[in-house]
Amino acid sequence: MAVMHLLAASEGDLAAARAQMGFSLAWHIVVACLGVGLPALTLIAEWYGIRTGNPAHRLLARRWARAMGVLFAVGAVSGTILSFEMGLLWPGLMGTFGQVIGLPFALEGIAFFIEAIFLGIYLYAWDRLPPRRHLLTGLPIVVAGVASAFFVVCANAWMNQPRGFVLREGKVVDVDPWAAMLNPASPPQTVHMILAAFMVASFLTASVYAVALLRGRRDAYHKAGFYIPFTLGAVVTPFQLVVGDWAARFLAEFQPAKLAAIEGVFTTGSHVPLTLGGVARDDALRYGLEIPNGLSLLVGYSPSTVVEGLDKVPRSQWPPVTGVHWAFDVMVGIGLFLLALGAWLLLSWWRGRRRRRGELLDQRGSRLFLTLAAVGGPASVVALESGWCVTELGRQPWIVWGIMSVRDAVNPAPGLMTGLWLVLIVYAGMTVATVYVLRRLAKGTAVPLAPQERDVESYPVV
Amino acid sequence: MLANTALAVMWVGLTCYALFGGADFGAGVWDLLAGGSRRGLPQRRLIEHSIGPIWEANHVWLIFVIVLLWSAFSPVFAAVMSTLYLPLTLAALGIIARGAAFAFRKASTELWQQRLFGAFFALSSLVTPFFLGAVAGAVASGRVPPGLAAGDVITSWLNPTSALGGVLAVTTCAHLAAVYLCADAARDGEPALASLFARRAVVSGLVSGAVAGAGVAVLHADAPELFHGLTHRALPLVVLSAVAGLGGLFLLHRDRFVAARPASALAVAAILWAWGAAQYPAMLVGGTTVGQAASDDAVLAACLVVLAVGAVLLVPSLWLLYATFQRRTPDTGPGSSPSSGS
Repeated sequence: MAVMHLLAASEGDLAAARAQMGFSLAWHIVVACLGVGLPALTLIAEWYGIRTGNPAHRLLARRWARAMGVLFAVGAVSGTILSFEMGLLWPGLMGTFGQVIGLPFALEGIAFFIEAIFLGIYLYAWDRLPPRRHLLTGLPIVVAGVASAFFVVCANAWMNQPRGFVLREGKVVDVDPWAAMLNPASPPQTVHMILAAFMVASFLTASVYAVALLRGRRDAYHKAGFYIPFTLGAVVTPFQLVVGDWAARFLAEFQPAKLAAIEGVFTTGSHVPLTLGGVARDDALRYGLEIPNGLSLLVGYSPSTVVEGLDKVPRSQWPPVTGVHWAFDVMVGIGLFLLALGAWLLLSWWRGRRRRRGELLDQRGSRLFLTLAAVGGPASVVALESGWCVTELGRQPWIVWGIMSVRDAVNPAPGLMTGLWLVLIVYAGMTVATVYVLRRLAKGTAVPLAPQERDVESYPVV
Repeated sequence: MLANTALAVMWVGLTCYALFGGADFGAGVWDLLAGGSRRGLPQRRLIEHSIGPIWEANHVWLIFVIVLLWSAFSPVFAAVMSTLYLPLTLAALGIIARGAAFAFRKASTELWQQRLFGAFFALSSLVTPFFLGAVAGAVASGRVPPGLAAGDVITSWLNPTSALGGVLAVTTCAHLAAVYLCADAARDGEPALASLFARRAVVSGLVSGAVAGAGVAVLHADAPELFHGLTHRALPLVVLSAVAGLGGLFLLHRDRFVAARPASALAVAAILWAWGAAQYPAMLVGGTTVGQAASDDAVLAACLVVLAVGAVLLVPSLWLLYATFQRRTPDTGPGSSPSSGS
């Protein structure tokens, strides 16, 4: 397949560059989601603790804040690496289009600055500020965290919908940085990502306490540690499904080849079925579960809606169909699973109120619910990574949709494979250390305490 | 005009990174040299206490510089990153190890873990500024031509000027850190630590001066264009740096720790601006000038407007951050100081 020329020193170097970028992004995205969602959870717990004086909530806030400190540090450095890698691995992209996508990154830099400044104050000034003022110093972290996510995903959206410039003889001219940032893909992608961040942070935190509750630690501390994040996650999930539908519908109009890969549609036509699972083989998606007319109905509310297939684009421009399709199905499946868990919570709350059957944890089936909720945390991470695979793999072979291929963007220097190995080793060490340290933070009873919070110190944690 | 403004703003960011982020690296260097775990404990506690709340904010200056370089001068960014990908990858890994290990050490309770993470933190604090200095040396000596990976992947950063840049970066970071730390120690009522770091500040300042002096000969032989710029147009800034550096040492000698801070900072900042002035208007020596590399005016204007608006938010926030932690720790009795929980 010699359609596109190879800029990299070798095919291996191109593969290494893609693997390194994919790996370090996949790593960072989890920590970044926790960085966006965890401050909100911590502030809710702290606010509740101040309002009610309940030491369980205040202890939770301290714990989460310490975890946040560790996660923010690894998030900051793993995010920095990504900005290095933009140039180290994809100088072809940055040399030509760096100026077009610079604006959202400059804005993200400011937001990240605010985040870092107030995180420093929030974490270290717990005993220097009165409680309410301390709570206020946490608010900019939440706002700036959401803003960072918005700006960064705007830049990613631009790769899917490149706007705001004119290409004249290979040169970029007439740049409109605002049009580039606020491209058509920005609204669905940013909202989808920000909601995903809150879902991952919520369900992952809740799953830790679901395990503790399953082990019989049913005190106020662990219950609050479960209910606060789980409720937030359950509230966000239905909105996420609506937004996900919007994002897919967007693809039907703006990136039909991506949607065709997601759904494994090879031939353009109407009455297109929705296929679950399956394997792409001989230009068809085989062995999957087909729902007749399903995709046509989803895209245009009518079985006669025409859905564009992969036959509309040259074969050399097809994304890897099976991988993208499965990633999408896994993401949607987990989303529906989390939606069902949220519905269960709502139902049991309603039953507890109406029929006085006690709260959820005293009702029948609570162990099953907690087990599923414990699975829900890691599952939400799987959904996150799958969704990211859909958008990144689904964009292949383009780095800038329809304009520049990944091959034309890669660093032509030799030895990128060595860099990949180095990065893998360092990240492996960092992963082990992060998990270990977080586990220790969850276990240890010594939490640094502010003078006004001495009661928390004496609060027993089972 | 817009391009020059963007370049100046980027250089301000670089200066801030050197003065604040550089000092955090320097603190890690002193952590490395603090001695055994018992003897070095007071020093390490002071270091952790001083940089803990602020290093992440200081680190953002680097991201600021990178983003501004790629937004305002995309071809220069692509050329530098692709040719110098080896030292920059190593610097990036050093940044990971430094930041993560520092946070891990703070969160761990057992000695062997604190030692392990501490070693990573301290070693990477030494290695990272060296590679960043080597990158600066490569750019300053004109070893990065325009284009993608057009320069030599190895000799572009393994050369006399890069070695000079690397060593100078490490010694000046250490000097800045020692100067800042002695004032911190004095404020926290640790006169012994204060005079220890004052001695180190003087020694590292003298070493930096000696390295810079020897560097004149290196640049004369290895980077004649830079040498010419430094001895002509940028000469006043070079002299300013030397005078400010000596002034800082004098103030340290007289135990005027707080006053020594701006003097030492000025010495470092003046060297950075001297480099900029010596090289201007070339961004890639012998290849690309500011005007040739500059982005579309619409991009430059948008970035500058955004940064100006951002500054309105950032300056008071940064002031709040530094003011909160430059005040004396409130006397709240045992078990409540920020470092005691770690």
